[in-house]
Amino acid sequence: MRRIISVLMENEPGALSRVVGLFSQRGYNIESLTVAPTEDSTLSRLTLTTTGDDHVIEQITKHLNRLVDVVKLVDLTEGAHIERELMLIKVKAAGAQRAEIKRCVDIFRGQIVDVTATVYVIQITGASDKLDAFLQAVGEAAILEVVRTGVSGIARGEKVLSL
Amino acid sequence: MLSGGDMLVRSLQEEGVDLIFGYPGGAALHIYDALFRQKKVKHILVRHEQAATHAADGYARATGKVGTVLVTSGPGATNAITGIATAYMDSIPMVIISGQVDSSKIGEDAFQETDMVGISRPIVKHSFLVKDPRKIPETIKKAYYIASTGRPGPVVVDIPKDATAPDQTYEFEYPKKVKLRSYTPASKGHSGQIKKAVQLLLAAKRPVIYAGGGVILGNGSELLTRLAKTLNYPVTNTLMGLGCYPGSDNQFLGMLGMHGTFEANTAMHHSDVILAVGARFDDRVTNTPNKFCPNAKIIHIDVDPASISKTVTADVPIVGSVGSVLKDMLEIIEGADEKPDATALADWWKQINEWREKHGIYTKNRFSTEGAIKPQEVIQALYEVTKGDAYVTSDVGQHQMFAAQYYRFNKPRRWLNSGGLGTMGFGLPAAMGAQFADRDAAVACVTGEGSIQMCIQELSTCTQYHLPVKIICLNNQALGMVKQWQDMQYESRYSESLYEDSLPDFVKLAEAYGHVGIRVTKREELKAKLEECFSMKDKVVFMDIAVDPSEHVYPMLIAPNGSMRDMWLSKTERT
Repeated sequence: MRRIISVLMENEPGALSRVVGLFSQRGYNIESLTVAPTEDSTLSRLTLTTTGDDHVIEQITKHLNRLVDVVKLVDLTEGAHIERELMLIKVKAAGAQRAEIKRCVDIFRGQIVDVTATVYVIQITGASDKLDAFLQAVGEAAILEVVRTGVSGIARGEKVLSL
Repeated sequence: MLSGGDMLVRSLQEEGVDLIFGYPGGAALHIYDALFRQKKVKHILVRHEQAATHAADGYARATGKVGTVLVTSGPGATNAITGIATAYMDSIPMVIISGQVDSSKIGEDAFQETDMVGISRPIVKHSFLVKDPRKIPETIKKAYYIASTGRPGPVVVDIPKDATAPDQTYEFEYPKKVKLRSYTPASKGHSGQIKKAVQLLLAAKRPVIYAGGGVILGNGSELLTRLAKTLNYPVTNTLMGLGCYPGSDNQFLGMLGMHGTFEANTAMHHSDVILAVGARFDDRVTNTPNKFCPNAKIIHIDVDPASISKTVTADVPIVGSVGSVLKDMLEIIEGADEKPDATALADWWKQINEWREKHGIYTKNRFSTEGAIKPQEVIQALYEVTKGDAYVTSDVGQHQMFAAQYYRFNKPRRWLNSGGLGTMGFGLPAAMGAQFADRDAAVACVTGEGSIQMCIQELSTCTQYHLPVKIICLNNQALGMVKQWQDMQYESRYSESLYEDSLPDFVKLAEAYGHVGIRVTKREELKAKLEECFSMKDKVVFMDIAVDPSEHVYPMLIAPNGSMRDMWLSKTERT
């Protein structure tokens, strides 16, 4: 099962490599990873998506917690949560294609953020499956380049991941 | 005002470090100069950095204190890696200080540069790279705190040469304590879980206490012994746990696992409640995990939550320090009206005693005492000659298993071996560490002619520091455990496991280092020669004992797909 794990850790050199190293060392999978400092500059927030059965996920969270640099973590998929990923996509847009792609962007509530005579750069935000769906809708033939940020997430309601 | 190098050494003094095992080199020279200019911290010059880590490890295992290592950058650091990994696998508290190239040169492939923090990352509890000399005292405080608390382990402190330079000085202040918001080791166990565990334990009809190295690390031996005595329940130890319960006590079933005793493994398999204390259900214990003890409810006490339900699911998990949890359990048990079911327990002991009579290695010798000396006999004789009171270190292989089976450890911190990583070369340097821990004690390194050659250079260190360790070399002229597996699984094709007359004359070799060498080839002289060996209290003695090359270690769990009751009992007999 796919899980989103959010980790609050010390914003120190080497902390990220410890987290990433743990996954390769113990044979766990990382599908996506994003990390940036929080409003408290001594802390970084790392969000990763991984897959595994309950036993594997339990081991992952225990081993993450064991890392000295990890302050707190939460498996967001255990409760109601919001997940978002941002994607920038460069597509061929010439002739009749231009209007078609524009319509598609509107349907997915994306934005065209750069335009040339033959190319659009589109920005689109949402859950990962929405981004996948957009790529399918545009079609492989039109796609020149895709860049995705990886998943970020936050719990719904009162629940917070902070010190 | 102190330089970075002086601050480092002062910090070690403040931390109460009395011994460092190390080896100098370019990037560490400022630190070595600072060591030279003081007297409190004594440095031991080994002959190879691997030995520095093993010696510090042996010292830590024997004393319970944190072992300290100092090495230079590059090859100094990489040579230390095997010993760091050994300490990590066995949760031994250790601080490794490594010199690093100047901070301005990091990343430039400078002379003797290696990314020590990176290369050691998967085998340390934590690591630091200290570029700012002002942070040295605080980092050392943190390093010792992390290494020694919770589940102990090695901590690397990598210090670039410029941070220890004598030309820059700073105000020195050693922090009284440190607090890390991201590190809070477990202490007390959950009281509800402890109550549940006691209920389960008291209701047991076929209980076994399965105690591991965590009991020794957590100084819980006395409490564990009291608990077992109060309940009259059988106790088995893991390879790492030997000595945490008195080995010659009647409630002790011997070691369990791959080369555990018949009675320990069989009792585990048939048990209905297992109290696992400071043990981690290692694959060398459980055999096939889904066939492990099919009828047992498992209570698992461990300070490390990640060890619980890792390979075998615990029914009652208790995260907490072994000492604190055992104390809480004892309080409830001693105050409870409920007592264990005496009839069921009597039946259980009757059954266990039958198993002991049938195939136990302590009720009768299960090996022939004809022909060449048997390795088992050597350990039996060693036990008698040292009255069971020596520090015994071992290397890895058949001799290690024979020592674990036949030396009856009655005290914790007397059996020092590389259990998790299985590091050949551990024995001799670890014995040096143990001898430093207890200068008057008898220290025996049980080894083989293969293992001893992996750190044999340390015979020179023994000369320099007058460390009269006794080397008990079970010489079977082959890598015995490899050969045993080749006998059992590869139709005796001895691929690269034989030495073919290439072995050195160990007696002369010992003499070349200024030690005494004794060769033993006859059964009749074994005990007398061992007595002679241990009577030379101020000498290193190398006992080169010719043992039967064809001997195998039994019992041996049958793998793959076996349970704990499936064992080879001899070359021809199985359960």
